[in-house]
Amino acid sequence: MNTQQLRPRRPLLRPAMKEELTGWLFAMPWLIGFLLFTVGPMLFSLYTSFTTYNIIRAPVWTGLDNYRTLITDDPLFYKSLANTFWMVIVKTPLVVVASIGIALLLNANIPGEKFFRGIIYLPNVLSGIAAVFLWQWILSPRGLFNTVLGFLGIRGPAWFADPLWTKPGMVIMGMWWIGGNVLIYLAGLKGIPVSLYEAGAIDGAVGWNKVRHITLPLLSPTIFFQVVTGIIGAFQIFTTALILSGTQSALGGPMQSMLFYVLYLYNRAFGKVGVGGLQMGYASAMAWILFAIILVVTGIQLWMSKRWVYYETGE
Amino acid sequence: MAAIAEHTSEAPQLKRLPRYLQQWTLPRLLAFLMMVGISILFIIPFLWMISTALKEPYDLAGQNWIPQRFAWENFRDAFSFGMWPQWTANTVIITITSVIGQVLSCSMVAYAFARLRWHGRDFLFSLVLATMMLPGVVTMIPQFVLFAKLPACGFQGSRVWTNTFLPLTVPAFTGSAFFIFMLRQFMRGIPMELSEAARIDGAGEVRIWWAIITPLTKPALATVAIFTFNGVWQDFMGPLLYLQSERLYTLQLGLKQFEAAAGGSPAWHWLMAASLIVILPVLIVFVSFQQYFIEGITFTGMGGQ
Repeated sequence: MNTQQLRPRRPLLRPAMKEELTGWLFAMPWLIGFLLFTVGPMLFSLYTSFTTYNIIRAPVWTGLDNYRTLITDDPLFYKSLANTFWMVIVKTPLVVVASIGIALLLNANIPGEKFFRGIIYLPNVLSGIAAVFLWQWILSPRGLFNTVLGFLGIRGPAWFADPLWTKPGMVIMGMWWIGGNVLIYLAGLKGIPVSLYEAGAIDGAVGWNKVRHITLPLLSPTIFFQVVTGIIGAFQIFTTALILSGTQSALGGPMQSMLFYVLYLYNRAFGKVGVGGLQMGYASAMAWILFAIILVVTGIQLWMSKRWVYYETGE
Repeated sequence: MAAIAEHTSEAPQLKRLPRYLQQWTLPRLLAFLMMVGISILFIIPFLWMISTALKEPYDLAGQNWIPQRFAWENFRDAFSFGMWPQWTANTVIITITSVIGQVLSCSMVAYAFARLRWHGRDFLFSLVLATMMLPGVVTMIPQFVLFAKLPACGFQGSRVWTNTFLPLTVPAFTGSAFFIFMLRQFMRGIPMELSEAARIDGAGEVRIWWAIITPLTKPALATVAIFTFNGVWQDFMGPLLYLQSERLYTLQLGLKQFEAAAGGSPAWHWLMAASLIVILPVLIVFVSFQQYFIEGITFTGMGGQ
């Protein structure tokens, strides 16, 4: 207090007050966006999920009707859920195994590591529809992929035109985008101290034993995080399915085999009125159900992680 | 490619090269050969895209890699479709605005979380992290409703925000959780003494942020800019939801239009040529700034899908 009286000019605000105010002002852009584009919309969405709403007229309260219809009387809801779970269950383990495999190869102290890393990551910078068109072309009935299969004596399917093969086609496509995962696993591998391998070598750990008992346990926190975020992503497949199903997008491709949850939600919210579109309330209810599913699935993974994820601090 | 070549031919690498040759053990040789094979698998789709883009229609059915005649005019023909120059301009405007918005806002917000003490800071930061886990679908519909009601007062000839660039650019100025998190971690690594010295010299927080912290966080800001550029340039869902008039289309919507115009069976040589034009800036940015991508991903632990 004394020092303040000694000052020639008393500042408008005490320094601590000033820092307080500056903090809030600097955080303001995010805070405004958070309230305006996240919290507000979430509350509104929760409300509309209990109404019938077509954006033009005011919402009409219908209680739990949307949820009830979805669960008891909407075969497409279950179709889209089944398609989505198919992708989550098939694609996730394949991505984990393939990207750890490539990361292990890259970590083997080979020449040109940086170059290989660049090549493997390159497809990841292509997220737009150009890449989807490219794969549609490669996986067309007489495309490059089937030609290669032909050399091996296999008659390739029609992929995106055959309801049985649309999802496997999407999984093959998805394998092209594992570069980001590879880089993260590689960073994880590089974080494992060499001394541990040396200690393991004394105990006779070589080859697969080394990977199984040293590398994988130490990599498990990374694997866990990648699986959690990968599954959250797989639940929200949308753009690829929309483009691949083309003119049939309102139906979700041949025999609705690519009608994924978010595509169905999109059709319900923004599709044509005649085919069940412009039902914002119904689609909002779907969004909240998906949110709940993701929370439950993530919760289960957190619970299971105690069994297989190894944290060094626990020792 | 030039950037990659530069990196691999750095002096320390050259010195190590003989040692590599000495240490060619069988497992390492196998790993190297497998990586060569995998890299070829990863690069083949690109080569096929280029090959197709240079073919004439009669050449498409054949599985030859080298076109019988290099049809360079495919690029010109693809470019003359629809309002391609206008779509390019639209994409550039939206992308540049978003990049500026993200870099400025994320840097400001991260500064508040990393280098200022205020009540509610830690609580708000935990909210930032929480939003990273929130699926985008939950806010997609209500955001659309919001933008369909917000008045635009005739901006770009529209009464409301939908069918203007506003829904695609304004939210960028409120930052994004992922980048805020990354920048905050980065800024915490800068010694606090720097700020304190500047404060004693009478510099205000805005000055410290702009003149001291921003220059020191340049690599992280570059990562934000590059990821934003990539994401916005190739965003399909945003423009699909918000842009209805053809004159406002981005290249992604233009490309979709291009395919749809051909009906059920697209002309693959044109479609691949058009696709190449669209992804060319992305490829150039990647090759020039490769290390920012790699560092951004390994630093944050995010897949960047």
